[in-house]
Amino acid sequence: MSGTFAVLVARDLRLAARRRVDIVLPIAFFTVAVSLFPLGVGPEPQILRQIAPGVVWVAALLAAMLSVTQLYAADHADGSLEQMLLVPGARIPVALAKAVSHWLLTGLPLVVAAPVFGLLFDMTPAAIASLVAGLVLGTPVLSLLGGLGEALTLGLRSGAVLLILIIVPLCIPAIIFGAGAVAAAESGLSARGHYSLLGALLIFTAVLAPMATAAALRIATE
Amino acid sequence: MAGDQAADAKTPADAVLSVQALECRRGDRVLFAPISFAVGAGAIVWIRGANGQGKTTLLRTLAGLSAPTAGEVVWTGAPEIAPRPLYLAHANALKEDLTVAESLRFLLHLAGQHVDGRVVEAALERFGMASRKDAFVRTLSQGQRRRVALARLAAQRELLPWLLDEPFDALDAAGVELLAGVIAEHARRGGAVVLTSHLSLPIEEPAPAIVELHAPAFA
Repeated sequence: MSGTFAVLVARDLRLAARRRVDIVLPIAFFTVAVSLFPLGVGPEPQILRQIAPGVVWVAALLAAMLSVTQLYAADHADGSLEQMLLVPGARIPVALAKAVSHWLLTGLPLVVAAPVFGLLFDMTPAAIASLVAGLVLGTPVLSLLGGLGEALTLGLRSGAVLLILIIVPLCIPAIIFGAGAVAAAESGLSARGHYSLLGALLIFTAVLAPMATAAALRIATE
Repeated sequence: MAGDQAADAKTPADAVLSVQALECRRGDRVLFAPISFAVGAGAIVWIRGANGQGKTTLLRTLAGLSAPTAGEVVWTGAPEIAPRPLYLAHANALKEDLTVAESLRFLLHLAGQHVDGRVVEAALERFGMASRKDAFVRTLSQGQRRRVALARLAAQRELLPWLLDEPFDALDAAGVELLAGVIAEHARRGGAVVLTSHLSLPIEEPAPAIVELHAPAFA
């Protein structure tokens, strides 16, 4: 039901606009985490350039995991989630809408901010372009998998840590190919293979994760 | 024998809902002895039972949120495309950071009811909340939140069956009277209502049928 999807995304964006701190926090975390590396590793441009893609990708993953822990929890606590799941055929649209609004609120700002961090790490323009392209394809995967993890751990006491333990291993392919694309672009090779794999990963996750999330939500609200 | 209760259930010709030897569990515990009852169009059924006897679980099972352990729940009279019963849970399903009107409109849209501002306002008016329609939900008291959640009932035009879990909770005397009026009106128009309440129901016409939940007999 596309109606449920649109209504829910609109509501989540409106709620986020009323709580701007919640939008700023993941991007602030991302900024701090990425900025720590030059301080810790040292200001050697050669080393920084080499570790930059990995650092940005790992920080993006952690920022996504940090912000995903509240994706369903508030709606579960106040009874909204029950009302959403009562709509016939709405489970998958609900899962999809939640992942989309999470990406719009955390993934998209990271994509926009990534070039700034590329400059900070002295990356070449080609490498920055491939970092951004990789993030465009890869961060939705993080949001979709994060939503699944959040649905699986809904209502558990130490849910947040469990969520990270369940979901981080699933995100490894996105990190490998995302960082790999930058490395390929930096050494003058074509990054197309990496993009294709990231794209395939995105399609695979976009089809299966909402179904799994819907099943997990059903169990969580039973 | 608990199973014999099924024989008592008379199924009216216009039944909207019929429940056959239904049994629910919470964890390992069977909540109540199997029950059977039918709800006709325009009938009010009042589920009674001690705390922890499974009133909420029963309503959730009727709404389709939980699966029954045994027995079956059959919604008749409604074709497959018809919307599900309207279930108002103990939780109000309101967001603190939305305004009263936004919250109500979201819940109505979610249920597939695309309404304009006038309908929302009229529904809030019915429950005495129209003056607070632009207030944030977080500024409301418990009773006011309950009124906003209940305003969904006043916005209904279709005769959906209602499942109400402790709808009178947190309401003041005027609110109780108001809600009783809305429920009775729905029933008189031919809508079915299943509700739980630990207060005695201030509804006389149509007289509510009582379904009592009993502890299960020992095996």
